[in-house]
Amino acid sequence: MSGLFTWLPDLLLAAMLVGLGWATVSSTDLRRSVALFIAFGLLLSIAWARLRAPDLALAEAALGAGLSGALLLAALRDEPPAGAVPEGLPRWLRTLVDLLAASLALALAWVLWETLSEPAPARLGEAALSALERSGVSNPVTAVLLNYRAYDTLLELVVVLTAVLGVVTLGRERPGYRRAGPVLYSLVRWLVPLLILAAGYLLWIGAQAPGGAFQAGATLAAASVMLRLSGIDSAGLPNGLAGRLVLRVTLSAGVGLFLLVGLGVMGTGRGFLHYPPAWSGGLILLIETAATLAIAAALALAFRGGRPAGWEADDPDHSPRERRP
Amino acid sequence: MAELLALLLICAGLGFYLAGAIGLLRFPDLYTRLHALTKADNLGLGLLVAGVALLHGSMLLALKLLLVWLLVLAGSAASAHLIAQHALRRSREP
Repeated sequence: MSGLFTWLPDLLLAAMLVGLGWATVSSTDLRRSVALFIAFGLLLSIAWARLRAPDLALAEAALGAGLSGALLLAALRDEPPAGAVPEGLPRWLRTLVDLLAASLALALAWVLWETLSEPAPARLGEAALSALERSGVSNPVTAVLLNYRAYDTLLELVVVLTAVLGVVTLGRERPGYRRAGPVLYSLVRWLVPLLILAAGYLLWIGAQAPGGAFQAGATLAAASVMLRLSGIDSAGLPNGLAGRLVLRVTLSAGVGLFLLVGLGVMGTGRGFLHYPPAWSGGLILLIETAATLAIAAALALAFRGGRPAGWEADDPDHSPRERRP
Repeated sequence: MAELLALLLICAGLGFYLAGAIGLLRFPDLYTRLHALTKADNLGLGLLVAGVALLHGSMLLALKLLLVWLLVLAGSAASAHLIAQHALRRSREP
């Protein structure tokens, strides 16, 4: 009887995920698709929580549902209101893409089945846990991300930086939003300091409990999105000539500091990113702080949707733009 | 005794969620739907939080849950206001 009560909600959750995924992809109304996608992300984060992966649940809720949803909604603003899915690709090409995606899904399902049915070998998780004492942190997920597989995380930050460079080269930012009314304004006034506090907490707690740079960065970026939506065009990013330099340094701080630390420990005769065990806790916190700021700035810039005014030295200065109603 | 009370609170909370969902699906226009959704959800979550806090019996967790509830209250009140205001403004402009 108790088995039914734990299985039934999980089964329902899985069914809802598949249903929402299908509805998101098959909807012809982009607006509806985006709304369904956000709901899909929230349910997915519950699924991660049920699988006892709270780090992933946090990241999925903050990045997958929250920030991606905000970015998609901001992109929708550029679309004409009657924006159905554009025709675009010829039919045979779409069928080909469908077939490729379906075969990829089948291959993944086969791999999963094979992995699950095999007897458990010596798992990497056990190796990760046994070396935890020397990693400098007590949260195994952070130990993997910032110590054992720090190289992967460095490259992930490079991906984020590259994406921002892409955003910046796309063109000028979108027009800002209208000034918030009293209700939204007072909410933002309360929420933004709370979000900054929460981001700092997530960054700090990441060493011993679920949290870390990506979750903290997304939370900080959420504060920036709130500011932007309430009509503060800079969205909390530094503006103007002096701010330009600060913004560039912040954006590249994640990759830059990671590389500096990685190369710095080579100076003590160790391998690239092979921290001395006595220092690793401090070094990880340093890298994560820089990464948090860089990720937050990158996401905030992505929400602004392009090069901010004054990004180039010869850019025309901040000129009042037309606001959308 | 505490468990029974918690069960009652949680069931009452779920009842509010059910009423909110039915209201969202059945009410005729946006304003009444918003009304059903936010009122039912806010109270439903409050009862749920009270029940879970009672069941767990830890003061720290109860405070955390209370904070979550207050944040949701502020968020849902503000977003309901924004949605309604947007709809009202759009219906006035042709």
